[in-house]
Amino acid sequence: MSLEQILFFALAFIAVASALLVVTRRNPVVSVIYLVVNFFALAGLYLILSAQFIAAIQIIVYAGAIMVLFLFVIMLLNLGDEQKLTEHLNYRKAIGVVFVVALATEIVSVFFLKAGSGLYQQSPKAANIGTAEGVGRALFTKFFFPFEITSILLLAAIVGAIVLAKKRLD
Amino acid sequence: MIPLDYYLILSAILFTTGVAGVVIRRNVIIIFMSIELMLNSANLTLVGYSSYLGDSTGQMLVFFVIAVAAAEAAVGLGIVIALFRQRQTVNVDEVNILKW
Repeated sequence: MSLEQILFFALAFIAVASALLVVTRRNPVVSVIYLVVNFFALAGLYLILSAQFIAAIQIIVYAGAIMVLFLFVIMLLNLGDEQKLTEHLNYRKAIGVVFVVALATEIVSVFFLKAGSGLYQQSPKAANIGTAEGVGRALFTKFFFPFEITSILLLAAIVGAIVLAKKRLD
Repeated sequence: MIPLDYYLILSAILFTTGVAGVVIRRNVIIIFMSIELMLNSANLTLVGYSSYLGDSTGQMLVFFVIAVAAAEAAVGLGIVIALFRQRQTVNVDEVNILKW
């Protein structure tokens, strides 16, 4: 096995294991920590796919900003041990598990039944696309209008978050 | 060399893990984290196709998905705080006033 394959399988294992731990842990703080592990594993996979810029913003925006937001909210809500939810196995949960397993087998079996995408190695152009220069070049020429629209989306999100989280004055 | 299918299968497994979190868990914060998991698995597919096809569009889409995820997390957690202030709960089963 080449180094690339070893790295891929190690990171894939970390990503799947941490994703399962996010879903199964009772304490939300522990889930957030495992979600950070998952994001770092995905950032490593982006590096293998020679998307350096996306890997960097994955760590900065997801593992940095969004996870701090999650931790702050858990802290603000002060969900200690006494606030643990009564989550036990019942028939609805069992039906959910059945449907999720069916979905997983359905999606994965598509790749084996229809022989997959047929792409076996990275394009030689990939190394130029993933750098900050390549991303910036595409972002400020071909995708300039969507980029500007994103700023309106972020403004709406700022206003919405403040209005929603504000204490009622009346 | 790793075939692109490996990335797609990994992405499918991560996506279904996120679906499992939304379906099974009742804590609204963990449901939000599962939605982030699903967004990330879609990102992995986009980046995979982008680098195997040599086209920058996939990575641009990932850029915008990350911006949308940041906005969604801010607004969603604002809703969670407002909900907790009104009902003192994070259990989605207890929040059913819109049901009928």
